[in-house]
Amino acid sequence: MIDVKNLCKSFGDHLVLDNISEHIHPGEKVVIIGPSGSGKSTFLRCLNMLETPTAGTITFDGVDMTDPKTDINRMRQRMGMVFQHFNLFPNMTVLRNITLAPVRTGFMTKSEAEPWAMELLGKVGLEDKAAAYPAQLSGGQKQRIAIARALAMRPEVMLFDEPTSALDPEMVGEVLAIMRKTAEDGMTMVVVTHEMGFAREVADRVLFMDGGIIQEQGTPAEIFGNPQNPRTQSFLSKVL
Amino acid sequence: MDQYLQWKEILASGGDVTAWQSFYVKFYQAFIESDRWLQYVKGVGTTLYVTAMALIIGIILGVIVAVVRTAHDQQRPGHRNPVLGIVNAVFKVYVTVIRGTPMMVQLMIMGFVVFATSRNFTLVGGLSLGINSGAYVSEIIRGGLMAVDSGQMEAGRSLGLNYIDTMRFVVVPQAVKAILPALGNEFIVLLKDTSLISVIAGKELLYAARGVISRTYEAMFPLLGAAAIYLVLVMIFTWLLGIFERRLRASDRR
Repeated sequence: MIDVKNLCKSFGDHLVLDNISEHIHPGEKVVIIGPSGSGKSTFLRCLNMLETPTAGTITFDGVDMTDPKTDINRMRQRMGMVFQHFNLFPNMTVLRNITLAPVRTGFMTKSEAEPWAMELLGKVGLEDKAAAYPAQLSGGQKQRIAIARALAMRPEVMLFDEPTSALDPEMVGEVLAIMRKTAEDGMTMVVVTHEMGFAREVADRVLFMDGGIIQEQGTPAEIFGNPQNPRTQSFLSKVL
Repeated sequence: MDQYLQWKEILASGGDVTAWQSFYVKFYQAFIESDRWLQYVKGVGTTLYVTAMALIIGIILGVIVAVVRTAHDQQRPGHRNPVLGIVNAVFKVYVTVIRGTPMMVQLMIMGFVVFATSRNFTLVGGLSLGINSGAYVSEIIRGGLMAVDSGQMEAGRSLGLNYIDTMRFVVVPQAVKAILPALGNEFIVLLKDTSLISVIAGKELLYAARGVISRTYEAMFPLLGAAAIYLVLVMIFTWLLGIFERRLRASDRR
């Protein structure tokens, strides 16, 4: 579904991604772990071209994302993204946050988008917050809304960039629960996270990144039970 | 009226008058005699008209320049648009020249060189002020656009919204709220700067006051009167801005 070939990204002289090739299959749940500064967020952001790769190609459903002639907006409509800092639009209500993209991109009319948004709010358990502004919500609620907003475009892939890292500990669970539910619905997911419990439970495949390279990958049982790479071993011994 | 003529005569012949009598005569001369207050009212009308015109020109110019310059800076590396590059360079020169030369000099160049043949001094004055204001407004708006968290643009774009829609619905509304105090300040400066157009014979409030001075050879009351009127206008302006700001703060409710 997403095919990454020889992806390189550098910021100035600093090489962040070093020739990465990887494939993400439909329906697969891939969790990326690794120390901070290892390039995992940059890798995720390259997938929907929020970062422009320095070299290499990213192909989504047969379309080369790195080609300047590609309609990047159309392609992004098919990939949802959830950010560490939620990035809800503070100047509009929760309902409008969710309906803005479907309506403006012509994906739905306003009268279709509103019931759909309410359905999504029901899914994340926040129907009563439709008229609220983001400033009135807790961090966990904001992130659940952000997930609903990303799902509103009916994406084929969901990208999660450390979705629980900015949350108070007692709010992590509610967000992970929504992500688990999304996974159970069969969504293709790529998740960058420090939540090892979530990785172990939900992932089909875990990638361990360090120094801009995927050092090791495998099923959760392999990575967490019997890591081969000494870097993986040392990282896991610190976080588990 | 009779009282005024009588006291005026005593004053003119160098006779003894009380402070009150002198005050009364000068005040009467400055504002009431020959319905001079009408000149001030007309002057205020022109001042407001020129302010409004300069404000509209300034905002339109400012928004265009700010959006082009921001869009130019936010292009993805390797996807630079050459037309945008040229327009950006032109706008940069515009901002540099306008901010780098005195308002008074710009006004005189416009009035006595560029539009030397025009008799419509008010229009020329408003246009010059608008062009001047546009440069400052564009920098204020640009600052506001850059101050909006870059995650907002990313969130909009990640949903598949295009650059213009994301700007229009997400970034600009947040920027407007942030820059309103600075923009209000700029408009107050603009309102007061309209007094400069009297140097190219724009018939605004200060021009009216100077007309009265040349008639009566008395400077104090016409100038204090003009100052008081400017002050009242600015206070009304500030009050209106406050109302507008409170309305924009609706989404900050907790």
